[in-house]
Amino acid sequence: MNRLMIADLQRMWRQGIAISLLLGCGIALFVMTNSSMLSLAKTRQQYYQDYRFGELFTALVRAPNSLADKVAAVPGVQEVQTRIVRDVLLDIPEMVEPASCRLVSIDTAAVNPMNGIHLLLGRFPSDDQRSEVIVSELFAHGHGFQPGDSLTCIMGGRKQKLQIVGIGMSPEYVYVVQPGMLITDDRRFGVVWMPRRQMAAAFNMEGAFNNLSIDLLPKANVDEVIFQVDRLTKRYGGTGAYDREDQISHRRVADEMSQMKTFAFVTPSIFLAVSAFLFNIVFTRLITQQTEQIATLRAFGYRPREIGWHYVQMVILLVVVATIFGWVVGLRLSWWMTSEYIKFFRFPTVDHQFAVTHAVGAVAIGAGAALIGTYAAIRKAIRLQPAEAMRPAAPKDYRGLIAERTGLSKLMTPVGRMVVRRLETNRLATTLSVLGMSLAVAVLVLGSYMRNTIDFVIEFQFEKSQRQDVMLTFVDTLSAASLHDVAHLPGVFAVEPYRTVPVRLRNKTRTRRVGLMGLDTNPDLYRILNDQQQPVSFPVHDGLTVSQKMAELLDAKLGDEIWIDILDRRQPSYRFQIAEVFGNFTDPSAYVNRQQLHALLGEGEQFSGAFLSVDSDAIQDLYAEVKQMPTVAGVVDKNAAEASFRDTVASSTSLMRIVNAVFSGLIALGVIYNCAIIILAERARDLATLRVMGFRRREVSYVLLSELAVITLVSIPIGIPIGYGLSYVATLALDTETHRFPLVIERSTYSYAAIVIVAAASLSALYVRRMLNSLDLVAVLKVKE
Amino acid sequence: MSSFRLNLPDHVQVMKAADKSAGQSSDNSPTSRTAVFTAHGLTKVYRMGEVDVHALRGVDVEMYAGEFVVILGASGSGKSTLLNILGGLDVPTSGRVSFRDQSLTDADEDDLTEYRREHIGFVFQFYNLIASLTAKENVALVADIAKDPLEPEEALRKVGLYDRRDHYPSQLSGGEQQRVAIARAIGKRPDVLLCDEPTGALDVKTGVIVLEAIARINQDLGTLTAVITHNAAIAEMADRVISLSDGRVAEIHVNQNRKEAKELVW
Repeated sequence: MNRLMIADLQRMWRQGIAISLLLGCGIALFVMTNSSMLSLAKTRQQYYQDYRFGELFTALVRAPNSLADKVAAVPGVQEVQTRIVRDVLLDIPEMVEPASCRLVSIDTAAVNPMNGIHLLLGRFPSDDQRSEVIVSELFAHGHGFQPGDSLTCIMGGRKQKLQIVGIGMSPEYVYVVQPGMLITDDRRFGVVWMPRRQMAAAFNMEGAFNNLSIDLLPKANVDEVIFQVDRLTKRYGGTGAYDREDQISHRRVADEMSQMKTFAFVTPSIFLAVSAFLFNIVFTRLITQQTEQIATLRAFGYRPREIGWHYVQMVILLVVVATIFGWVVGLRLSWWMTSEYIKFFRFPTVDHQFAVTHAVGAVAIGAGAALIGTYAAIRKAIRLQPAEAMRPAAPKDYRGLIAERTGLSKLMTPVGRMVVRRLETNRLATTLSVLGMSLAVAVLVLGSYMRNTIDFVIEFQFEKSQRQDVMLTFVDTLSAASLHDVAHLPGVFAVEPYRTVPVRLRNKTRTRRVGLMGLDTNPDLYRILNDQQQPVSFPVHDGLTVSQKMAELLDAKLGDEIWIDILDRRQPSYRFQIAEVFGNFTDPSAYVNRQQLHALLGEGEQFSGAFLSVDSDAIQDLYAEVKQMPTVAGVVDKNAAEASFRDTVASSTSLMRIVNAVFSGLIALGVIYNCAIIILAERARDLATLRVMGFRRREVSYVLLSELAVITLVSIPIGIPIGYGLSYVATLALDTETHRFPLVIERSTYSYAAIVIVAAASLSALYVRRMLNSLDLVAVLKVKE
Repeated sequence: MSSFRLNLPDHVQVMKAADKSAGQSSDNSPTSRTAVFTAHGLTKVYRMGEVDVHALRGVDVEMYAGEFVVILGASGSGKSTLLNILGGLDVPTSGRVSFRDQSLTDADEDDLTEYRREHIGFVFQFYNLIASLTAKENVALVADIAKDPLEPEEALRKVGLYDRRDHYPSQLSGGEQQRVAIARAIGKRPDVLLCDEPTGALDVKTGVIVLEAIARINQDLGTLTAVITHNAAIAEMADRVISLSDGRVAEIHVNQNRKEAKELVW
């Protein structure tokens, strides 16, 4: 039997590799995504632990140091860290637009402090040296800063030179994002750590702090601690304590990881299911071809069990090859993927993991699919009496076919009739081939539609929704009079101020922290679009406008009344009706008419920032002046933001997209190659007969290739809707707590899928044609059918 | 090449008469007849793994226009190899073989395809009909690539299957399928009809009907017909019998009295 195995393998090794590759790709993708995810989860956990990432955080305006002891006395609190945190503008000569940074105070004397810094280069600042700082690694990298370089920041309207002595990173800033920005931009925003004493001096905060970080005891009652901390900090302008879930960096990483989890699960699962299914189809057909060999073995006296075992061994061998391919490639790709990922999410080291359970599971699924197919096919083969199986199969009955009844075949040449009748008679084989290829088309669509979605979101966000050129955020709120100065900055066409205030929205047991944004009734620059791409307006009414996602998070619907707690001042809670819910693809958000927000806050016109429309020729002058404005905390240049978004998203998703595209291409090739080989095997006799009768190679290939062509062309229109369906499922799965993606598939994606399939079919056809040319005519004819 | 086509019935009759007289005379002089195939010192060696298999070990043979030749031999005697070389499905390892004045020895794959296309009709043991085509379509398939084909109906009439022209192979008996295969082979008016064990898969009664059809073609169209068989009985209907043994020509026997197919018994 081993001899037979070797002979079978020698005969079919190419096909075997193609089949293994199918399953291997499914396994590799599954292993890749799951291992990457596991690696990141493990890495993050280790990092948080080693550098003691805080568990609760709160920002306040100014509190005396003595408050720390009171907070430390709250039951459940293990340790309290007080800090001074300020966002300031930087003056970087080679940059037109102002960059900004977050200054964070550090206690130079503390050993293994909470929210510790992992130093990559240089040393920690010394407390008595003025203005020594550590710069966050990506920002330093973005500007080429090295220890010894200096940096100018604008503190309280005065330029101050900071001496860089170290480059570092912290679990608190795994993902560094500027307020108002969607994603990281390592040129425009960074974190700078500075000794507490220097910061206190610069910001007039001696004996005081404005930021609290808390480490909890195990089994602490988090809600209770938050309640107590809020009670203590409220009078110092505390904006409410929040846990890691609401900490920006952690949240982004967690979001990204949960999205990846869906990615890791849904797309690869579909891939795996498809490849297992194809593995099953191909293997079933392969065994069907072996009916005669099986009969011969039975005639020799082999027991059905032994014959079954032979094929099971073959399955095992193919699965082993697929496993080795899938695991090795998957693991290797997961390193690659993780290293791409940590370009944006910074960890000191990566703890590479291999998702053993998933890897084994993937193999089990593949092997299971193959064994089911094998079992069914072998049972059928064995049920035939050996003598019956070895007799020439009775020619198939071709009467009453559709092609005949409709008279279609009358219009064709005999060769055309051969093709059509065979396709119609071998319905099961034809259906399986078409199904296999359709799935290949579908997988190609699934593998590349994300690009369309991302383009759509970018256009939606940056072109249609946001029409400002520059967004300013102010250090403190500005009055209408001060806004006048902004309107007179060089090149400014229009100014649209906004007010934003940190709030907690509550409905039943659900709560959500969000910046409640007050906008003009019909904003012209910063527009919110619903999913019909119509601008949402904010008329003065007693109600909130929330995004669909926010409504879902709060389990609230149109007309429901929910609670709003203003976080940065001592005010009672308000009850608000949800006056409008709009659907789109942005994060959960809440808006209200700006005048109404002013009234709610009991203030006149006070602005948190402004959107500007600016003459592009004057933008340099504008930035030059903005750099001198002590009231401005941050500047977001929309074009730069869009470019940065494109860059980041493009590169962070490109790997996944490339992998998907390559694997779907390989799956397509595997399916089509096998289809072609099987068609050749099934038709070898007819084709050899034609050759013997004097048909030229070209004429004979025409028979074979037109069959393949018909299958390919039929598969494309069937595969495209399947692809749409699979993409729809993937989009549903990507609808996480904070993100929703639209399902956008451009025609170019369908064309791409069709082109890849046609190319794969052509490649396979060329190969099969070569095999056809070397067909041993005599040998084929000597064998009975 | 086409100038050699046997498409004039009168001409055929003349040649037939000449052949018959030559066949009947006891001193059979090849020079008096038109040689279609001339083979000298044909050898064929197949490499099977580590061993060389000598299928032909120096065969000299000639075949003439209009002749009915039976190549007789046991399994492994080299008869199929010889037929394949004559039919342009294989080339000899050494020696020379030509069809009329065209050498087949140096022909490449494409030349051989053209050669088969224009001159050769094949009939195989297992019929090799295209199952998805009716009897008529199977014949038409060949007519499509021939320069001067018989009408498919005409070819089927010659094998007595005109009435079953619209039947698929699955609706025909083995003997009928083989006769369709013969009709298909002669559909292009080949110069040579090569039959490899045409009755091998058939019972005696059906086999006789098939042989009758072959003999009739030979008679009516004057097509040089070579039938391979291991069945000595069939040899009795040939003009000449070439016996092969162990890759060599053991004997060439001229039948003084050809039997009709229906007189054969085996």
